[in-house]
Amino acid sequence: MKAAVVVFPGSNREGDMARALTQATGRQPSMLWHANHELPAGTDLVVLPGGFSYGDYLRCGAIAGRAAIMDAVRAHAARGGLVLGVCNGFQILCESGLLPGVLMRNANLRFVCRMQHLKVERNDTAFTRHYARGQTIEVCIAHGEGNYEADDATIERLEGEGLVAFRYCDAEGRLGGEANPNGSRNDIAGIYSDGRNVLGLMPHPENLIDPLVGGIDGRGLFESLASAA
Amino acid sequence: MKARVVVTLKNGVLDPQGKAIEGALKSLGVEGVASVRQGKVFDVELDGADANAAKAQLQAACEKLLANTVIENYQIEV
Repeated sequence: MKAAVVVFPGSNREGDMARALTQATGRQPSMLWHANHELPAGTDLVVLPGGFSYGDYLRCGAIAGRAAIMDAVRAHAARGGLVLGVCNGFQILCESGLLPGVLMRNANLRFVCRMQHLKVERNDTAFTRHYARGQTIEVCIAHGEGNYEADDATIERLEGEGLVAFRYCDAEGRLGGEANPNGSRNDIAGIYSDGRNVLGLMPHPENLIDPLVGGIDGRGLFESLASAA
Repeated sequence: MKARVVVTLKNGVLDPQGKAIEGALKSLGVEGVASVRQGKVFDVELDGADANAAKAQLQAACEKLLANTVIENYQIEV
């Protein structure tokens, strides 16, 4: 597994992401500045990390979504290459057109930073093979704009075609109510592209890979990726 | 040439910020506010003097960056 982490001005989770990737794959990812036009030869996985690219100016992810490197990321995804976007990375994927919909301001207008349970919707993708279907995992969230919205036709298509990757839930796996931290439609925490080779999610699995900092439920995602290519 | 682009949320898109402002106005005693929707204004200076060309340029700017047409509409005033 050869991974590349794209760094934008204002990214701040790229170090955590590199650590999680290195732990699972046994090799350090290359760190790639956004102004590059090409991915390193042989890249299997491109990761857009969390942070506040361009200070969240205009709209979260809007300016990064049009960066030079994104044409190469789009071409990589079109070839079936793996792309992971976490938090601001998910916002960038939506703004760049690689995933449908948009992340709106949290319904309660608060920045939420807390531990959060998620339900793994399917375990037959490159990102989730090391989880069980329907498993509840505990990771963390830290965002002000994570309220997933799309038009009804898009939501229907995501649901109908099994493109919802993770949903917010409580410790017992129950959806909705207090378990939804941001008002996201259908409790959506993450979605796949049509080919399920692009995943965007608001929570931070890269921060739950070490028992020292509260849990290791995030490891499954990186171990799945490590065994995918 | 000076131009203005106004970007607003489409009807039906929930606007939590507008709602919060609406609530604040009511709590300040500003009467008769039925609803508030928040948008953005961009004042743009363009090199050319041709209004039609300016409109075309700004339309491209809106489609490429200034508006997210999934949730936003835009108006161009030249």
